Amino acid sequence: MKVLVPVKRVIDYNVKVRVKADGTGVDLANVKMSMNPFDEISVEQAIRLKEAGQVDEVVVVSIGVKQSQETLRTALAMGADRAILVVAADDVHNDIEPLAVAKILKAIVDEEKPELVLCGKQAIDNDMNATGQMLSALLGWSQATFASKVEIDGDNAVVTREVDGGLQTIKVSMPTVVTVDLRLNEPRYASLPNIMKAKKKPMDEKTPADYGVEVGNRLEIVKTVEPAERAAGIKVDSVDALVAKLKEAGAV
Amino acid sequence: MAVLLLAEVTDGELAMDATAKAVTAAKQIGDVTVLCAGSSAAAAGEAASKIDGVSKVIVAEDASLGHRLAESTAALIVSMADDYDHIVAPATTDAKNVMPRVAALLDVMIISDASGVVDADTFERPIYAGNAVQTVKSTDAKKVITFRTSTFDAAGAGGSASVETVSAAADPGLSSWVEDHVAASDRPELTSAGVVVSGGRGVGSEEDFALIEKLADKLGAAVGASRAAVDSGYAPNDWQVGQTGKVVAPELYVAVGISGAIQHLAGMKDSKIIVAINKDEEAPIFQVADYGLVADLFEAVPELIEKL
Repeated sequence: MKVLVPVKRVIDYNVKVRVKADGTGVDLANVKMSMNPFDEISVEQAIRLKEAGQVDEVVVVSIGVKQSQETLRTALAMGADRAILVVAADDVHNDIEPLAVAKILKAIVDEEKPELVLCGKQAIDNDMNATGQMLSALLGWSQATFASKVEIDGDNAVVTREVDGGLQTIKVSMPTVVTVDLRLNEPRYASLPNIMKAKKKPMDEKTPADYGVEVGNRLEIVKTVEPAERAAGIKVDSVDALVAKLKEAGAV
Repeated sequence: MAVLLLAEVTDGELAMDATAKAVTAAKQIGDVTVLCAGSSAAAAGEAASKIDGVSKVIVAEDASLGHRLAESTAALIVSMADDYDHIVAPATTDAKNVMPRVAALLDVMIISDASGVVDADTFERPIYAGNAVQTVKSTDAKKVITFRTSTFDAAGAGGSASVETVSAAADPGLSSWVEDHVAASDRPELTSAGVVVSGGRGVGSEEDFALIEKLADKLGAAVGASRAAVDSGYAPNDWQVGQTGKVVAPELYVAVGISGAIQHLAGMKDSKIIVAINKDEEAPIFQVADYGLVADLFEAVPELIEKL
């Protein structure tokens, strides 16, 4: 069985986000970029399935600027076998929308014929939480989102999902698209020998046109601003003072 | 503008708070029709018809719609989509599962987690874990939107909408429900609770999280947790407050042992009163707290429980 894992190059989760003064977006020039943390979890899951003998090949794909090849090399160093880079933008500030990403991924799935696509549940830049569900819709496949446990059992996958009230377990028919949540696993760090080995692993370079997809955005960005600041309050010096303040405010 | 709103229906019951808040957002766009779908949904439809501002309720009952499986629920919505300009829902995990699928089937973009309505085409939404707010204008013929419930007040009662029924679309038969694992709790539901007490990494262990729960029970509060506490295994993920968890805006939010990472602040900074208890006086949580107490939580929280 082959697994396809899409990975996105995003601002590193430790970097303080700065909104550009002219309101055109977030400043990504000369900012540390990394693999979307949810995608690291999906890469890790794919590798674990391979280590467990349930998967033969792990193919990773990234759609974005050319520098996304670094993100793919990270996935290869973690243990993925092969990479596909789709260069769809020449400016890092041009975010490709989930619908266009899903269309490109559908074309790649049609070519590669994986039985499982493992996506992160959302990217920490646009916070859309949509690509996996959209890909599943376009393919006419089943979907299992926000997974905290995935078991492949022949023609089905049994997936436990993180939902508002707790957990839901569903059975989906294969092939399927699974999007992963935080608690599924803890991603490994790539070792130095594996980083060296990853440099020799194959990486194809493509464009959206190769897949017949137009990446024009459907959502026009009118402006991007800083969120409203919340004014800091006061410090109290004891539990008694805190209780008094809360009573004064009518909060308890 | 005709708006179809997917109501939050769990096991036949309407989640009034989430649905009524989405109605408030949807009313700003146009005429609201509420869809209640489930293996049983008539009672939910009846409840939804009384929400102020709802002009029509449509009930769809079918075994395939039980447990809100994405494939069958999306197929139902798409079968009805011709009659509507906007298809919206509260941004619950159920709707986040279903609505992007609906959007892709209609070949339109999703607008996730909208926190403001500018006009029928234009919406505000937080990005980068709430570090920026983007205004986007949709060029799609139909808009598919989920609304962040914490930024809208719930619509009141007093409506008397008509109730119709429709049949489910053909079941794609791609998935089936196995089981739910819902923690039995007498505590209020996290996203609609008036008071929330949350613990962070500073709590130190799963055992010590009982202290957070004790304070919550004293205040009649829901229990929350930071992502760091969830990652460390101190608390279950459905307690997680933050950009990757739940977004809450209670009257009172008590953050205990939480440093205040941006991703956590994104999930609670709209709370009316914020209290922070942390032994690190430099913790960023104090920059948003109305009342901050620099103290060891293992001393302060028991004392607080006693004195409240």
